[in-house]
Amino acid sequence: MIPTSFDYVRAGSVREALGLLALGDGTKVIAGGHSLLPMMRFRLVQAPKLVDISRLEELRGVQEYKKGLRIGATTTYAELARHPLVRERCPVIAEVAADIADIQVRNRGTIGGSLAHADPASDMPAVMMALDAEFQLRSKKGGRRTARAREFFKGAFVTDMTEEELFTDILVPGMGRNAAVYVSFDSAASGYALAGVCASIGRKRATISDISVAVTGVAEVVFLAGALERMKDTKCDAAVLAAAAKEAVAGLEIAGDVHAPSSYRRHIAEVAIIRAVERAYQRAGA
Amino acid sequence: MATLFGSGIKRREDPRLITGQATYVDDVKLPGLAYAVFARSPYAHAKITRIDVSAARQAPGVIAVYTGADVKDRLVPVPCAWNVPNCDLKIPAHPLLAYDKVRYAGDAVAMVIAETRAQARDAVDLVDVDYEPLRATADPEQATQPGAARLHEEIPDNIGFTWVVSGGDAAAAFQHAEVAVSQRIVQQRLLPTAMEPRAAVAQYNRGSGQLTLWATSQNPHIHRFLCSVMLKLPEHRIRVIAPEVGGGFGSKIPAYPDEALVSFAAMELGIPVKWTEDRSENYKVTIHGRDHIEYVEMCGTRDGKITGIRTRVYAGLGAYASTAAPGIPTILHGLVYSGSYMIPNIHGTIYGVYTNGTPVDAYRGAGRPEAAYLIERLVDIFARKIGMDPIEVRRRNFIPKDKFPYTVATGLIYDSGNYEAALDKALGILDLKAFRAEQAKARKDGRYLGMGLVSYIEICGLGPSQVAGAVGFGGGLYDSAIVRVYPTGVVKVYIGASPHGQGEETTFAQIVASEFGYPVENVEIIHGDTDNTPQGWGTYGSRTTAVCGSAVKVAALRVKEKAKLLAAHLLEANEADLEWKDDAFRVKGSPDKAKGMAELALMANVAWNMPPGMEPGLEATAFFDPTNFVYPFGTHICTVEVDEQTGQVKILRYIAVDDCGPPINPMIVDGQIHGGVIQGIGEGLQEIAVYDEEAQLVTGTMMDYAVPKASQMPHIEVAHTITPSPVNPLGVKGCGEAGTIASAACLVNAVCDALAPLGITHIDKPLTPARVWAAIQKAKGATP
Repeated sequence: MIPTSFDYVRAGSVREALGLLALGDGTKVIAGGHSLLPMMRFRLVQAPKLVDISRLEELRGVQEYKKGLRIGATTTYAELARHPLVRERCPVIAEVAADIADIQVRNRGTIGGSLAHADPASDMPAVMMALDAEFQLRSKKGGRRTARAREFFKGAFVTDMTEEELFTDILVPGMGRNAAVYVSFDSAASGYALAGVCASIGRKRATISDISVAVTGVAEVVFLAGALERMKDTKCDAAVLAAAAKEAVAGLEIAGDVHAPSSYRRHIAEVAIIRAVERAYQRAGA
Repeated sequence: MATLFGSGIKRREDPRLITGQATYVDDVKLPGLAYAVFARSPYAHAKITRIDVSAARQAPGVIAVYTGADVKDRLVPVPCAWNVPNCDLKIPAHPLLAYDKVRYAGDAVAMVIAETRAQARDAVDLVDVDYEPLRATADPEQATQPGAARLHEEIPDNIGFTWVVSGGDAAAAFQHAEVAVSQRIVQQRLLPTAMEPRAAVAQYNRGSGQLTLWATSQNPHIHRFLCSVMLKLPEHRIRVIAPEVGGGFGSKIPAYPDEALVSFAAMELGIPVKWTEDRSENYKVTIHGRDHIEYVEMCGTRDGKITGIRTRVYAGLGAYASTAAPGIPTILHGLVYSGSYMIPNIHGTIYGVYTNGTPVDAYRGAGRPEAAYLIERLVDIFARKIGMDPIEVRRRNFIPKDKFPYTVATGLIYDSGNYEAALDKALGILDLKAFRAEQAKARKDGRYLGMGLVSYIEICGLGPSQVAGAVGFGGGLYDSAIVRVYPTGVVKVYIGASPHGQGEETTFAQIVASEFGYPVENVEIIHGDTDNTPQGWGTYGSRTTAVCGSAVKVAALRVKEKAKLLAAHLLEANEADLEWKDDAFRVKGSPDKAKGMAELALMANVAWNMPPGMEPGLEATAFFDPTNFVYPFGTHICTVEVDEQTGQVKILRYIAVDDCGPPINPMIVDGQIHGGVIQGIGEGLQEIAVYDEEAQLVTGTMMDYAVPKASQMPHIEVAHTITPSPVNPLGVKGCGEAGTIASAACLVNAVCDALAPLGITHIDKPLTPARVWAAIQKAKGATP
């Protein structure tokens, strides 16, 4: 488990990090290192240079943003899990963060790193999609730009980002009347989701006024399950929900692996959708 | 002072282990140390047509590169040390570095020595090998079929041995049986996953001709012996040191090529050399466990009497016969087919099969969990078939407590037991009636609750050396201790066994301190260095306390005997007038005339006033060879709820009642039970080593191999019954493997009970949600 030789630079500022990335020499960004380092140790990734952004205060922390949150990219899962503002305004982020991996990983792993890494079985991409979050990106040439989470994830480990861009912030809109719940069934080995679903639901009395459901772990890339929109204006009827959940994963290409065959993954994705929607519906009514 | 024997004091080894003060092999740093990394075959089966190491030799920092051609005429292949008799055992050569052919993915083809580990690792990528891939299989049943890939030229069907166990007349029993049940059972390959991977540091002094090998070993004396064979170096020139060893579970018993090759390099180059395994290398090349495909049958009467058991087992050996491998699925498996029961007719045919997998050897329980699993699964299946409560079936077949010592059909003589007492105790903890009511109610609500129960026995405390010889084990199975009392009265005990996490530095000190009337702090236990410990046979097979602990006790008693004579002399009393009371020898009737051990130690060590003819000093050596194995037993119960929608199994309660005789330290016994149960739950629920069609290990990291994690495990309710063994002076049995032996079967029994309304009688472990869900779908007639 020894990576190939590489250079290491600790960035003193975002500007310095952007300058290094602009060289286009294959330099990779490292923050918590919990995705990148294992891949380097397996020699699946052989980066010539790492630029470490973990000590850049400007990239860290949680602030109020309109009625929602601005989350710095290098904020750790542990910080998110216990942050009062996150727990008050968007508890699902704190809940998911608290359940990721183990305490050592949560103390080092960063939300921005996870999102930029875009593991197709990661939890946070589904949460960000369901909440319709936006990601702020910066590069030396292109300056700042904002990417919608729902348009950011392009494939397994593939995103809308260029090699020169740095992931800086996450903007989470206010929840309004909505409540969100994340349900996942995880691999006993890795803890990654075999199927993970985030449902965000708004209610007017017993009727669903708004619904967004995102699914991770099942397909090549995290996706928004459009089929669940038919739950809008219903009272969360079980038969409609079951049919919508089935439709959400029907026809999807799902690969089987050592943890579960594709038939099982498809099935538990349906179960996760149903359970997430039911719980979000209940939470929104509480 | 209250006696220390039986008190649950904290483990004395832990402070240094948990504060980073301990020295493991990888912590050994020597001046001029070089590092070895191995180039390993990516193919599971291939001819080597060319090896070119010239580029690797030129790489920065590289000191030497060795291939199979360099070592094959100078070193002896890795020996197999368990030559199971009465069968056609074939042991093919296991070269230290493959030179003509590789037989599993991970087989080493070259060793690179460099100034740093990173340089050695980089140079490994420059070792250029041309392979001609051959067909491969890691499936022990498939490997015996016509047309299967042939691993070793001299073994055309890959069957390394066919071993038969037989008692009574099983054929007749099945022919005349009222009821018979059968089941195909797969006992999956497991990865032992000790916290510390293997490592070795070798240092050779050309002046003295002495080799010192620091190695991750459960049995340094065995490693000294086997290294002596491989290196062709006399045994007294080799010192093996097992410093702290971070677990083994059997995987640090065998001899491997790596340690011998590192020693070879140190001797060749005249510099110390270190090798430390990666975790992924550990999963690839350190032995695996289990790997059985079994066809098993049980027969009996409609009123629940078991009359016969019959098996046909394909036991995977992997690519080569590892050190103890042939003995695991035979002696340690087939001979215990009677379990806790009086089963008059037993027949088993065991095929040991070479496959293109990593070699398989002893893994916690080693053969006995596989036996307990198939017996206890069969009892449940049989009970279901005759419509009787499986608890009642067990009661009707238990060996009664007044029948011990009891000879089972396979010829083993069980030392002592009271199986029904353990069963009753476990049932009492559960409150069976309440659970069955809850289960019935849940079923009405469409929920699936189940209870699994296992009444296991284990053969351990290995064992009488005469028996070891008779069953082909290439060594003795006695153990040893030197109890040395210093002038100030404190004691060092040098033992032949080699604990690596089991806590004997505490329990053995308790034995001696109790004898001498000392606080435990006065006694230190020294182990793991062949230059200062007496010949011993290591720590495995739940043998350390029963065998080596007995040696400690015998040696302590010998010291005490001498001390008593000296006390009589100094007190000018007759020996017969002395008694040991309140931590001292006292003259009966004049208790103030007393000599404690500390004072006697000083007098013996200065020798100013010894009885005529008595030698100075106060120490004794004992070699203890037991007259029989010990047979711990117990009943485990677990209750589960199965989520019909997802196939997830939730353990509601886990109750373990074990009988390992009188516990020396109940806290440590409970810890051993906890660890064992958790490993068995891992086996039952989630652990499986998977090979693909090309015999590539696809669960080669912890991302894919599901080692149990604390957050996944239930609370374990532990209790004991105490039935002393008559075969050792402590009365103790083993407890290291008990939990593992019982728990996998217990879990599967529980899940099958939960799913009984669907007609499900068996699901192969591990019971992953995907497997359980598939079984439910199948039972419902749906195609999953």
